Amino acid sequence: MFDLVVLVILLPLLGVIVNAFFGRRLGERWVSYIGPGAVGLSFLVALILVLSLAGLPVDQRHHETILWTWIPIGNFQVDLGFLLDPLSAVMILIITGVGFLIHIYSVGYMHGDPRFARYFTYLNLFVASMLTLVLGNNFLVLFMGWELVGLCSYLLIGFWFERVSASDAAVKAFVVNRIGDFGFILGVMLIWTTFGTLHFTEVFEAAEKSLQSGAPVAIAITLLLLIGATGKSAQIPLYVWLPDAMAGPTPVSALIHAATMVTAGVYMMARSHVLFELAPFTGQVVAWIGAATALLAASIGVAQYDIKKVLAYSTVSQLGFMVAAAGMGAFGAAMFHLTTHAFFKGLLFLGAGSVIHGVHDEQDMRKMGGLRSSMPTTFWTFVVAALALAGIPPLSGFFSKDEILATASSQNIGIYLLLTIAAFLTAFYIGRQVLMVFFGQARSDVHAHESPRVMTIPLIVLAVFAAIAGFFNLPGVGSFSGWLGEQAGELNLAVAAISTLLALAGLGLAWLLYGRSPVQQDQRDPLAVRLGPVFTLLERKWYVDEIVDLTIARPFKALCSFLAGEMDLGIVDGFVNGVAWLVSLFSRWLRTIQTGFVRSYALAMLLGAVLLIVYVATR
Amino acid sequence: MNLPDYNFTALTPALILSLWAILILLVDLLFGERIQRWLSWLTVAGLLVTGASALSLWNVRAEGFSGMVVLDNFAIVVTVIAMIAGILAVLLSSDYLVDRDLFRPEYFALMLFSITGILLLASGRNLIMLFLGLELLSIPLYVLTGFARPDVQSEEAAMKYFLLGALASSFLVYGIALTYGATGSTDLLKIRDALQNVQVITSTLTLGGLILILVGFGFKVAAVPFHMWTPDVYQGAPTPITAYMSVGAKAGGFAALLRIMYVAFPQIASYWTGALVLLAIATLVVGNLLAIQQSSLKRLLAYSSIAHAGYILVGLAAGNNRGVAGALFYLLAYAFTNLGAFGIMIALSKKGEEADSIESYAGLSSRQPWLALAMTVFMLSLTGVPLTAGLVGKIFVFSAAAEAGLWTLLIVAVLTSVISAFYYLRLVVLMYMRDPINDFGTQVHLTPGVRTALALAVIGTVLLGIIPGNLIDFTNQTLAITTQTLVALVH
Amino acid sequence: MAVSVTNYTVLSAMLFTIGIIGVLTRRNAIIVFMSIELMLNAGNLAFIAFSRAFGSVDGQIFVFFVLTVAAAEVAIGLALIVTIFRSKNTADIDDISTMRG
Repeated sequence: MFDLVVLVILLPLLGVIVNAFFGRRLGERWVSYIGPGAVGLSFLVALILVLSLAGLPVDQRHHETILWTWIPIGNFQVDLGFLLDPLSAVMILIITGVGFLIHIYSVGYMHGDPRFARYFTYLNLFVASMLTLVLGNNFLVLFMGWELVGLCSYLLIGFWFERVSASDAAVKAFVVNRIGDFGFILGVMLIWTTFGTLHFTEVFEAAEKSLQSGAPVAIAITLLLLIGATGKSAQIPLYVWLPDAMAGPTPVSALIHAATMVTAGVYMMARSHVLFELAPFTGQVVAWIGAATALLAASIGVAQYDIKKVLAYSTVSQLGFMVAAAGMGAFGAAMFHLTTHAFFKGLLFLGAGSVIHGVHDEQDMRKMGGLRSSMPTTFWTFVVAALALAGIPPLSGFFSKDEILATASSQNIGIYLLLTIAAFLTAFYIGRQVLMVFFGQARSDVHAHESPRVMTIPLIVLAVFAAIAGFFNLPGVGSFSGWLGEQAGELNLAVAAISTLLALAGLGLAWLLYGRSPVQQDQRDPLAVRLGPVFTLLERKWYVDEIVDLTIARPFKALCSFLAGEMDLGIVDGFVNGVAWLVSLFSRWLRTIQTGFVRSYALAMLLGAVLLIVYVATR
Repeated sequence: MNLPDYNFTALTPALILSLWAILILLVDLLFGERIQRWLSWLTVAGLLVTGASALSLWNVRAEGFSGMVVLDNFAIVVTVIAMIAGILAVLLSSDYLVDRDLFRPEYFALMLFSITGILLLASGRNLIMLFLGLELLSIPLYVLTGFARPDVQSEEAAMKYFLLGALASSFLVYGIALTYGATGSTDLLKIRDALQNVQVITSTLTLGGLILILVGFGFKVAAVPFHMWTPDVYQGAPTPITAYMSVGAKAGGFAALLRIMYVAFPQIASYWTGALVLLAIATLVVGNLLAIQQSSLKRLLAYSSIAHAGYILVGLAAGNNRGVAGALFYLLAYAFTNLGAFGIMIALSKKGEEADSIESYAGLSSRQPWLALAMTVFMLSLTGVPLTAGLVGKIFVFSAAAEAGLWTLLIVAVLTSVISAFYYLRLVVLMYMRDPINDFGTQVHLTPGVRTALALAVIGTVLLGIIPGNLIDFTNQTLAITTQTLVALVH
Repeated sequence: MAVSVTNYTVLSAMLFTIGIIGVLTRRNAIIVFMSIELMLNAGNLAFIAFSRAFGSVDGQIFVFFVLTVAAAEVAIGLALIVTIFRSKNTADIDDISTMRG
């Protein structure tokens, strides 16, 4: 019966086909049944499968469904196969469950959009691809999902392509992710040459048997995989694409850029934890990258005005927590935070979408304020999610974040410090956001209204989960960790107390600055007044974009406009950002060689022949 | 005196095809204009018959004409690839020619002769045969390239192709002469035997001959730095000819290179694999980097075809059995995909309005959703995205290179294929994420020939990506036999 | 003094080189093509020399084929040159360079 797992992927795929080919003829009404319906059914199937999986003894919770041998090249055999085990079970429930709610929400959010059917085609395709990613039983199927979710992500970021920022952001996401993919592909190749297989169980068995802890090849493989993870999961140095990706529709940000796709890197590391455990050095690197990202992004989040940008940096920061946990070997904690984060961050984004919808497409928090009374449902659900993110007990974020902090405190005090400061800043920026958006008086003339039910009901459902999900994995009990076969986290009272106090302090500080005397229209940000240039530094995101622009993009662009000029279709421009200007110089030089003269072509042939003869003669 | 054993079986496909070409000329002579619209289907029928005759000889392994030709499974696979390229190109040709007043029956006859050249290249086991095959492939192509005269670009392309092609042939002839001087034979097996002698191996004649032969065929497959004709010729030639050339000529050239290197020169494999690694790296880098800079789709596909020659060279450079099978599979995958991409171009072109400017594809998805979707499939396959034929081909040749331990080459290959996504997906982005800028694609008439060709190309691309299993088994089986015929052949 | 096979080889190499130089330096399409023919004939000379030295006829057979093919190429080549001359009024290969980059 576990072979039904294929159905979990097929149902959204069916939605894709129907919406793509008949969507326009069916009209908005039918599309809004089919799109969410496909994912909802998929969720039901997933739920049944996971429940029956849970009914099995622990050592039998591992089921592979092999459709056919996909690539049989001699000893290079790769199946198109799926693996249902506790880890992928968690992921498919999040993807289909949260995905279903976001689909429903989208029906309201995208109402009246001329490309309504296309939107649901992409969204269903994304769900199917993401499910493929997490269900694959080998690295190649994982890679397939990895590429496909990337593709959907570009399509959805650039969905409103009339807006220049949207198509630029899509290009940026594409370029940055290609760098990550390059590392990932090489990592997978190295796995194949080392172990002769890409099948998860075989690779991990072989690794445990044949590799010593700290083996160079394990370090090389995991470092390459890490490059892939930093791209997908928006970690230093490849995080720059995620904040820009907010140009896409808000439900997309909730689904792809908060709940699911960006966690693919974390999932991939959790999946290959055997390899990472064999490479303690990589573990250190991963942990430091995660902690540094968590702090950097949280500090930037403090000074943003765009309601979605705050959440975007918050996502980068929270992903940093997960990556840090993975780096410290606490994969259970990482997955647990991934789960709770999917609920509360998805909810925050949907809430933000509801706000944006309510105030007629305004995203600047300085022009909001006082929405508490006009949007009560949005307000209350947003507050629940905000408190969960801040880590106030007993909401879900408290438990999951605390488990990571507790691990860090016992393993690496430096990382613990970075993460704790990040946690404090988190409480502060989310407090600031709640106060700026919902409290005080309206700072613009727009008459705000509550969103329709089709949008608020998903908010309420998510709020329930954001509140109670922490009880899935109480410290010391650890049913969630136990499900994943990990040790339950110990309750570290001191750590819990400190982080709770810091969270309260962060919220309190936010209240002092923004709540006590609400920000008035056209008033300067109180924090900006107190921090001065530091605030500007944060507001400008540590000038990372500018530095990249100045050192890489600018010279490259100057060169480009100097050369051809006729081609600026975005991708070329985006290519610009990624690759050093030497490449362009080289290709431009190559282009000048292509003179059109037969005689110079003949000369090239002759020189080629001579060079080859010299090579053969001298070797 | 004993007459040699001719054994015409070994030449069956080539004979059928060349006779069919003559038949087409005769049919035209007898029926003239009345039969015009059926001519392309008649040509397709000829190609199908030839393909069937080749497949019926699977596992037979016929040798004929004192070992001058051998029809083994390797040759049959190449024949099948040539048939696919030929059938798709012919289907795309007919209405293209009629629309532009270029329809002349000899077009199809020339095409069949040219394909016969590929068949000879695939089954020749003597340098004489291979030289003749190459010329039979090339000479009709020179004419076909200039077929759109008095279009100046077409004439220019034909001229460039002809002069440089003749130059490459002269390199090849001299290379064969040197090899003959070193080994005393033009028969690949005898050359191999002569190379058992250590003195012969290191002689200047042998190595010079090897390199000049490499140059001669390197030109045909568009390996850098012998590639410079490619963009200009591809741009100037009538689009169906470009489409055919990009696959057919490559298949022929690679088949001959494989046969020569594996059968005649295994003793000095370290020399030619080294040289091929250099060529492959140069080809990958130049092809991919220059493709980024193009604004004409035809030129972009020309550079992309250079880049793909680079990936096939990766398989050759690996110098192992998986490399041979990988190169063959890659050619097969590339045949469907690339002809499909050119097919979309042809479908969207009208007389005087060639669908060549990349920018004009903006917003195509809203006007021609099916064509845009098909083009997306082809672009994804050329990029090497999972579930398309392109990815399987890449995995195939890359794993061969990994097996051979060619890590530098492998890293360059992965890096360039990552870069290649920029220019392939740019087209997809344009089609789906921009608004149309003019009335491009509003009036498109898809004729039955074009429809059939595009459908075949999409089906091939997708099937080879999802269930390549059976096909790889096919090539692996080939391999088992070619390992005997090509590599370990002892008689 | 008998002329050895080495002498013939050297002569053919010289012819080949002269041919290449011609291709690279001359601008008239017909002369470029003649230079290429010279290169082909350098190959033929080498074939015949080797063939004589080995006492086998393979090489000489090859020469026949090369000559035949060269004749076919001449036919096509001259036709092309004439066509181009008609439309452009020139046979200078540097003038047929509109496509580049």
